[in-house]
Order: sequence, then structure tokens, then C-alpha cells
Amino acid sequence: MTAILSVDDSASIRAAIKIALSAEGYSVTEAANGAEGLDKATAGGFDLIVTDLNMPVMDGLTMIQQLRGRPAGAGVPILFLTTESDADVKAQAKAAGATGWLTKPFDPEQLVRVVNKVLAK
Amino acid sequence: MSGLDPTETFRQEAQELLEQIEQGLLDLADRPGDRDLIDAVFRALHTLKGSGAMFGFDALAAFTHHCETAFDRVRRGEVAASAPLVAAVLAAQDHMRALAEGRPVAEGLDKALLADLQKAIEGDGPAPPTTPALKAFKIRFSLPADALVNGARPLPLLDELRELGEATVRVITDAVPPLGELVPTHCHLAWEVVLTTTHGRDAIDDVFIFVIDDMTLEVEDLTAPSEDAPVAEADPQEAVAPDVAANTPAAPGAGAEAGRAAKAGDTVRVPAERLDEMMDRVGELVIAQSRLKQLAASSSDVALRAVAEEIERLAAEMRDTMMIVRMVPIAQLFGRFRRLIHDLERDTGKRIELSTEGETTELDKTVIERLADPLIHLIRNAADHGLEGPEQRAAAGKPPVGRIMLAARQSGAEVVITITDDGRGIDRARVRAKAEENGLIAPGAVLGDQELLQLIFAPGFSTAAAITNLSGRGVGMDVVKKTIEGLRGAIDISSEPGQGSVVSLRIPLTLAIIDGLLVRVGASRYVIPLGAVEECVELSPAQDARSTGRSLITLRDELVPFIRLRDQFKTQSAPDPHQKIVVVATGQDRVGLVVDQILGDHQTVIKPLSSFHADVGAFSGATILGDGGVALILDIPAVVQMGQRHDAHLRAAG
Repeated sequence: MTAILSVDDSASIRAAIKIALSAEGYSVTEAANGAEGLDKATAGGFDLIVTDLNMPVMDGLTMIQQLRGRPAGAGVPILFLTTESDADVKAQAKAAGATGWLTKPFDPEQLVRVVNKVLAK
Repeated sequence: MSGLDPTETFRQEAQELLEQIEQGLLDLADRPGDRDLIDAVFRALHTLKGSGAMFGFDALAAFTHHCETAFDRVRRGEVAASAPLVAAVLAAQDHMRALAEGRPVAEGLDKALLADLQKAIEGDGPAPPTTPALKAFKIRFSLPADALVNGARPLPLLDELRELGEATVRVITDAVPPLGELVPTHCHLAWEVVLTTTHGRDAIDDVFIFVIDDMTLEVEDLTAPSEDAPVAEADPQEAVAPDVAANTPAAPGAGAEAGRAAKAGDTVRVPAERLDEMMDRVGELVIAQSRLKQLAASSSDVALRAVAEEIERLAAEMRDTMMIVRMVPIAQLFGRFRRLIHDLERDTGKRIELSTEGETTELDKTVIERLADPLIHLIRNAADHGLEGPEQRAAAGKPPVGRIMLAARQSGAEVVITITDDGRGIDRARVRAKAEENGLIAPGAVLGDQELLQLIFAPGFSTAAAITNLSGRGVGMDVVKKTIEGLRGAIDISSEPGQGSVVSLRIPLTLAIIDGLLVRVGASRYVIPLGAVEECVELSPAQDARSTGRSLITLRDELVPFIRLRDQFKTQSAPDPHQKIVVVATGQDRVGLVVDQILGDHQTVIKPLSSFHADVGAFSGATILGDGGVALILDIPAVVQMGQRHDAHLRAAG
């Protein structure tokens, strides 16, 4: 089963992501902040990571910067799902190794389409 | 898989976020420069906005956006978290709460709040940054035909361009085919945007940095027409091409999956109604169990008895566990009062410091909710009537800042909450004058100190000579007392002139179950809450005969009035020859209740009375007994009051 890690500090957003992606047959694991996400992602086994940017404890950017330096995080596609649309932050995210960028509020179907597409490549 | 409705989850989440925001803001009032606090408030606002927009709370998201923007400036150090700014966001936070709860909001309130916010920011901040030179760009872009199917959305791109500055968007429909050839899922449109912005060319490129598919983008710098010819850009392909080769999931990872999932589920949120439902089931189980116990007791079957005992133990454990599940720390409640103190300081002009103790003390969730109003009233009272103004305090040799202390601790099956202030204390002479004026006591009546202080809780009593807008809200201390007694609690007050006052509330841990004393009067059975019972004595026929006129018995040299429940409840049958008196305490009073028989202690699940009977004062609920019969639960303060009225009536008549 294709495994997706969903990192967001908002429980309602996590629920929405989980509902959308589980319905598509993905197994979704959740983490409530960047540090938790990093721990889980480092343990490996994920085919894709969807993450928020602004989170307590560790933000999404720091998480992927650290993750990209670790074996488990080297090739995993990472999608940012965030309200942030600041161009600088986007550029930083891209430099840190983000694969794509989706803006909140998101359409669950759109999320599914993007995830399907990224995983199909 | 989560079975929860995300919208419902959001509502709960919004409550928590708003609470975090409020706490953060209040802390910021004390520690203005604290980066962690500023970040935390910003993040909570940010999440509230993001999730709100996601679940259709558009008004909330739009409003929160402004507060977030304001706090973003604080975060960047452009504006200080000044007292006016904190106050403005606090006021705005109330509005957000109303929006999140879907309560109606006053028209124009949002604008007024935002205007305050704006003023707070400008009033503080350094001179506004000088505007850099404006540039104009013409941007033309189109998406490949299948872009929409693949999840690209042009609208956010346009929105982002609009955020950069003044944008005029024109849609180019040249490529739209005739209707017959039109593929509805294809994107046939292109856009041309003229953007006036202070940002440079890079900012525009960045907008398109993550666009998932091949697209055509032309950016023309209109302010420098001579140099930059239109540039056609290839799509930043690599931005979205994930390296799948390096991405084969490692097989051993799958095993660890289950462990991780379990960890994520350490805490489960459950709607309160489900807990109530479960509580009901447990209640029914306890009732069924007591029937089983009765059956087993009258049976000689050893195996049946063993099972009955086992079930009794399990039911008791289950009930206790259920109780624990419903408990929440009182910190939730105490937290709200910091805001109250903030407002009170502003409204009274007094300086007040609130300290709290025992926030981890846990109480049933329903109890906590019902305690909020009485506590607010008591704190307002302490601030308004108790604490003196700074000058008066200085004159009395006290520190200028008045102190209110809120403490909670568990004591047996009760939680004791005390509200202590170091103010002027209660003026006995004024209380007496007021009570005489209102006809609560006869002029010159001899009263003990406690009796005098308890007058404050009498209906129709209010010491505020001039009613301020704080305490004088039409709610007296009698309502506070009523609410506390409705929770089967008790309220006491003590006061030292010049030193301050202490109000203490004793509240049972839970409302759902009580330990009671089961008694019989005539053919009916009643439950007296065990917490109120002090002792049981016999009413000898001789005493009974002697006390027909005055219902008093002597108990260890103390006169205790008693009430015949038989009379109260108009029981027709003849009394038992050996009646018993159950002595109960309510507040400072001790009163005896005369019953026919004491059946024993009885742990019972309280069933509320139907709405038809809700205003029958003497009973707080009902319970089902082991044999299937029903017993009413006595509301002790109400019964005592009824008895006193009854006595007064008899005396007046006789």
C-alpha cells in the first residue's frame, strides 16, 4: 500500500487530508508538527510527504531541509500544503527540495489529483 | 481511518486556537518582547485563518487575516506588541470566537475592530516605510490543455499576482474553439496581467515557481521598455519532477507502520455527547447490577453469587473509569479569568494581580462549565467591592496592586475552590444596615458573625450602594449561591475587616453519581446526598410528643431544628413508632430530617427529572433502585428552606 505522511498542526486539516487520501486507497500516517514529521519520515517507508509550513516545534521548511540530508528523505516527493504564498518562502522551499506547492484552502479532489500525478511519475 | 467530521474538528480546534491566542496575548501584556509568545500567537492566528478558509468559515478567515497581518509585523519587529495592540487583538479575538461559533455578530463590528487594530499599529510603529519605486510589468501566461485535469489552478496564481501590487487581469479567449469542438475539461484560456508593483521581476517568477505543468509565461517590464524584450520561459520542470527511482519504499518500513500509527493515536478526541451516552449506559449497567445483586442475595446458588460479586466489582470499576474520563483540569476555567481581570483593571482603574493555584485539580466537565458564571461573578465582586483603589490602598499601607487569588484543591469527593482578595473586607455594619433596610432581618436582631455574612447570599440583597456596571448586572450573590447549590455544592464566606475576604466553594467531583443515604417515609423512598449527612439519631416517642409545638432536639447541648418529611410530603400513613432523624448540614446550618426508616447507603446514578417536574424545588433528581422502584433525591437546601417556610407559616397561624 502506498504510504503518505501528512504533517500539519491543524487536526481538522489532517482529518480532511486523511479522508481524501484514504478514500483513494493510500495509507495515511499523521504528524502534528515538523519534529514529529521528521521522526516519522526518518524511520522511512513513505512514498510521499504532504506538509504544512508554519507549525509549532519545527516548521515545515526546517523539516525538509533536515530530511533531505538523511537517507530516508533523499528521494521522497514532498508537497507543501500551506496558506503561505510568500514568494521568498516558496523559493526557499524549492531550494530545500520541495516537489510541489498547493495553497490552502485546497480542494480535496485537487489534492488527490496532484498526489496521483506525482506518484505516477 | 478517521470517522470524524473535519468541520466539527475545526470548531473544536478553533476554540483551542482562540484560547491559545488569548493566553498568548495576556502573557504578552506581561512580557511584551517575548519572541516565543509572539510566534505562538502568530501561528495560532495563521492556523485559524488557514483551516477556517478550508472549512467554509470565510468571514472568520477574512477577519483573522487582518489580525495575522498585524501580528506578522510584530513578528518582523516592525511594530511592538504594545498594550493598545494587545487590547485590540483581544477584542478582535472575541469577534473571531463569535464567528467560529456561528453566533450572530453586530453589523459593522468587524470594521470598528479592524480600525482599532490599525490605530494600535500606527500609533506605535515607527514611521511607515518609504515606498520604493513602482514598476509595471505585463505578464502573459497560459496553461497546457490538460492542466486543469492535472490539478493546476490558475486562480491562486492570479491572486498571488494581485498580492504583489495593483493588477489588472484580462482573460484571453482567442484559443477557445467553437462549441462543437470544445472539450469541457480542457483549459482554453490565457491571461494577461498588467501589474504595478514595488517588487522586482524575481517576485513574479517566484509566483510561477511551483506550477505543476508546462506553461508559457511571458513577462515584460513596462518601466524599462528599451532593454527587456518579452522573454519566453520554459516551465521550471524540475521543480515538480520527483525522482521516483530513489523512491522505492523500503520493505522493512512497512513493519514499523503499525507502531507509528498507534503512537499517533495516543490521544483521542471524543464529542462530549458520546461520553454522556456512555455515562447513561454505565448508569443502566449499575442499576441492572444492583438488581442482580438483590437476586443473588436471595438465592442459595453459590455460582450466581460469585458472578454477581464479580459484576459488582467490574461495574464499580467501570463507573470510576468513566468518571475519570469525564474529568478535565480546572485550568481550563481559571485560564478564562485572566482575561476577565484584564478587563476589570481597565474598567475599574484598579491594579489587580491574579494568582492561581491548583490548576491541575480535575472536575467533571459539566461541573466546570456550570462553575464559570458563579466564579466570574465572585471575581467581579472581589475586584469591584473588595479591592480598594490604589490611593486607598496606599493610605492603608498596602501595596498598590490588589491581589485576587484563585485556588482549587481536591478534598475527598469534593473540590474546594477559594477566591481570596486582600481588599477592604466586608463591612458588617453596612451589611446589617442593608439587610434591615430590605427587611431581611428585624432592626437590632442578634446575629452571629457567620449569619450576618451569609445575608449577602439572601435574595434581594445587594451591598453596592451605587450599582456599577461591573457587579450590578441584575445578578445577586443569591444567584451564585443557587447555582452552587444546584451543583450540590456549598458556599461559605469569611472576611477580616481591612484584610480581605475569602469565599470558598465546595463542589462535588461529579454530578452524575452520588453517594446517598436511602431512607423511607411512609411507603416512599428518598435519597439524601451522603455528603450533607452529619449523623443519624433516633427520635424517641417521648421526644416526638414533647416537640409537637417546637421542632427542636438537643444534640450534644446544641439545639437543632428538625423538619418532618412526613408533613412536607403529606404522607398519609401513620408514622413508624421509632422514627429517625437524619441530621444534615447546609452551609452553616444543621437541620434534622425526620424519616420512618433508614435503609442504608446507596450509590446511585442521578436521572434528571422530566421538564414537567423540573421546577419541583425539593428534588434534584431521581434514581432507580435495585428492585426497579424509583426514589427521589432530596435537594437539601431546598427542603430546608421549604421546612422553614412551613414552620413560619405554622407559627403565624398558631
